[in-house]
Amino acid sequence: MFDFSAQLKQRFAALQSSAQFFSLRYVKQTSQHLSVRKNVPEPPQLSTDEGAMLTVRIDGVEAYAATNDLSQQGLQTALERAEVQARLLAPHSLLDLREHAVATSRADYLSPNLTSAFPSLSDCYALLGSESASVPKDDRLVNWQVSLGLENVEQIYLNSAGAEIRQAQRFVFPGLSVTAYDGKDSQTRSLGRENFGQQGGVEVITSCGIIGAAANVADQALQLILAPNTPTGPRDLLLTPDQMILQIHESIGHPLELDRILGDERNYAGTSFVKPSDFGSLQYGSNLLNVTFDPEIPEQLASYGYDDDGTPASKQFLIKNGILERPLGGALSQYRSGMEGVANSRACSWNRAPIDRMANLNIEPGDQSMAQLISGIEHGILMSTNRSWSIDDARNKFQFGCEWGQLIENGELKGVVKNPNYRAISAQFWRNLSAVGDASTFKVLGTPNCGKGEPNQVVRVGHASPACVFANVDVFGGDA
Amino acid sequence: MSHQARFNALADWLRGAVTSQERFTLSYNAEASDFIRFNHAKVRQAGHVQQASLHFKLVEDGRHADLNLTLSGDDAVDRQRLNEALHQLRETLTLLPVDPYLLLNDDAWHSSNVQDAPLPDSAHVVEQIAQLGEGLDLVGIYAAGPIYRGFASSSGALGWHQANSFNVDWSLFHENGQAVKANYAGHAWDDEAFARRFALAREQLEFLGHPSHPLPPGQYRAYLAPAALEEVMSMLCWGGFSAQSLADKTSPLQRLYDGHATLSPLVNLNEQVSGSLSPAFSGEGYPRADLSLVVDGVAKDRLIDSRSAAEYDLTANGAGWGESPSALSMNGGSLALDDVLKELGTGLYISNLWYLNFSDRTAGRITGMTRFATFWVEDGKIKAPVSTMRFDDSLFSLLGSALEQLTSERELILSASTYSQRQTASNLLPGALVSRLTLTL
Repeated sequence: MFDFSAQLKQRFAALQSSAQFFSLRYVKQTSQHLSVRKNVPEPPQLSTDEGAMLTVRIDGVEAYAATNDLSQQGLQTALERAEVQARLLAPHSLLDLREHAVATSRADYLSPNLTSAFPSLSDCYALLGSESASVPKDDRLVNWQVSLGLENVEQIYLNSAGAEIRQAQRFVFPGLSVTAYDGKDSQTRSLGRENFGQQGGVEVITSCGIIGAAANVADQALQLILAPNTPTGPRDLLLTPDQMILQIHESIGHPLELDRILGDERNYAGTSFVKPSDFGSLQYGSNLLNVTFDPEIPEQLASYGYDDDGTPASKQFLIKNGILERPLGGALSQYRSGMEGVANSRACSWNRAPIDRMANLNIEPGDQSMAQLISGIEHGILMSTNRSWSIDDARNKFQFGCEWGQLIENGELKGVVKNPNYRAISAQFWRNLSAVGDASTFKVLGTPNCGKGEPNQVVRVGHASPACVFANVDVFGGDA
Repeated sequence: MSHQARFNALADWLRGAVTSQERFTLSYNAEASDFIRFNHAKVRQAGHVQQASLHFKLVEDGRHADLNLTLSGDDAVDRQRLNEALHQLRETLTLLPVDPYLLLNDDAWHSSNVQDAPLPDSAHVVEQIAQLGEGLDLVGIYAAGPIYRGFASSSGALGWHQANSFNVDWSLFHENGQAVKANYAGHAWDDEAFARRFALAREQLEFLGHPSHPLPPGQYRAYLAPAALEEVMSMLCWGGFSAQSLADKTSPLQRLYDGHATLSPLVNLNEQVSGSLSPAFSGEGYPRADLSLVVDGVAKDRLIDSRSAAEYDLTANGAGWGESPSALSMNGGSLALDDVLKELGTGLYISNLWYLNFSDRTAGRITGMTRFATFWVEDGKIKAPVSTMRFDDSLFSLLGSALEQLTSERELILSASTYSQRQTASNLLPGALVSRLTLTL
């Protein structure tokens, strides 16, 4: 671990620069993605990637150069390139960062169970193969896949103010999906995949629940192709955590990103319906809604000690009892806006600059069991597992779809329905939050695929949530 | 040493390092890019990225594994990394069963395309953007530099693709929050051409200052400009033409390829690799063929990578990752651009769509948002901008029964995507006039 640390520090110390401030962020990522599809192991996809980003600040103007050349000369060349760019573009710079404080921390952060052994490649394939083989034989089951991703990331941040932050993390992404087809319609049911990932070791595979799950997932895919379409009309909507994470992500997370509110993302990812003046007063949701930025749940995907600008991370309420309190803005956005934020300045790797990102964005548990949530619904529907997401660039008008739907009538779960979709407006939807599940319904989930930024970046994002009920939501099914 | 020489040297080294039983494919991806972000017509973030990597597949006795590794640019370091990768893959192969769907291309094909026209100095571009954007609320990105793609195999195949390019992707915002999107991309920067494109966007911006036209959900006539149609096409390309998706019954064009539905006879879609900006070979080492995907509204070719070819007994045609088109070309129609508003009559002029996804994938039903410069048109005249609206409709309607006309002029849209690396995909598309588009929210 941190094998390159001593050498990197030496090279950093030897860099020559006239900049008032400069930093180096080194990232090394090794990964392994395995898959067994219809009982056939697919070839393993292995990866080793490393490089560094040098950032300079000259007379309040910052610029960066990222390089795959980690030699002394390579780092020096990158540093000088960044210096040239900062000077050239100074007359047109949006920001004057002369008074912006820089990081000075020195610390290490490690994922839980980081040093515990992970199953060998053979053992991983055996596990995936066993699960794949347990999908029942049925001509209607036309495709199934069991997968396991493993990513190890080491990051070292050094700067001319003396900061030295080292973080080593291991991410695990299990997944399973089964597709059924009846000659006209196909339905896919899944577990994990884009809706799950955690830091840690082999225990993550267990906590995902894919071991021994294939037969049940296949059965649910078969149930779906026999099920009627979701009926159209307003219903109370019970979302399980594997859909709540998408709901949180799109209609709380993105609109609260401070760089969007400041306009940086208007050309690509979009803007926000939230205004700076809303913080401290806007009734974002019902008083049951409590949303936290929480980097302190060790296994969650975006738990860390420091963000990629070196700001120490700690748990903060963004929304408390329904009132909007603070945005998702890192140190730079806080400096620009004068608002308090969180440590969420993040980059996907060494070749992209940090920007405001979601990290772990969670809903705090309430006080109702799943049985109580269901029994409190007269005319409703349960939806599970996201499969479709669409929302406007201000993060207001949305339409989301799930794999699994089940009607609820008079407090009881009824028949399965397929193609469950719902649409609403963020600013109104969260105010209709009528019940929040307790800790027994709370799950720590996340996704490896959050896209944003120019140039584009994909980062891992953690979301933990209980099941939640929303009153009077427009739901509908599929087909043209 | 040039990128090409460096790649060839690594491939030559690997040929000498593998045993007579081992085979390999090696693909190369590199770029040196300036990325300059703008907000409020000022530089928000500026930087440069230099990166290079190899994708190395090692094969022996029907077993194979892939390893992607970053290169440093130092020949000795990179040879050492490739050597370590070779040993790692050799160890990995001993743990794997024979892959029944392995299919290697043994042809010793050669392909080379080098376009090294000089790029503008980034400071000059920034200066021009600052001048043209003065007093405007401009936000966007300038991305520019050379990209390199290479391929080599133990069978003697050798491909090289190198191109200098730039892409300015920007929006102009009115103080009321409405915005117009524009793009200027290519190989040869022309100050005057950029200024003309900028002026066009600025002209549209003025229309956006009018009070917006409130629009209730319902069905409307609509004109989808090429950038809006591109978003619809992206949904077709999301597994629509993929041999594997079609076999797995998850393609949104399942009904089309199964012969249970057709699109409008106006719809002719091709994967037009020749003459496009993307490499003439796939990352797994197949020359990419021009394909007729949809002819007169009827499905024809599909995109087939080597794995699908082996699994479904098809012939690989150079499809890349995900078996998605990367040089999609749609035939134009007979509608002159000058006649678009007149033929639209009363309805929506939609410049862009955004964040599309499936409402029902198997049925080809999609949803998404209007974004940037959507106008309400009455009697052939633009009346007012329209606030963001959601649509939910069927591909088989939008490109089928509801498709009235396609414009004769087509627009070449170069991808501005920069996930992992700058992309080389492009779409050549007309605009589309449809008799009904269903707005839901």
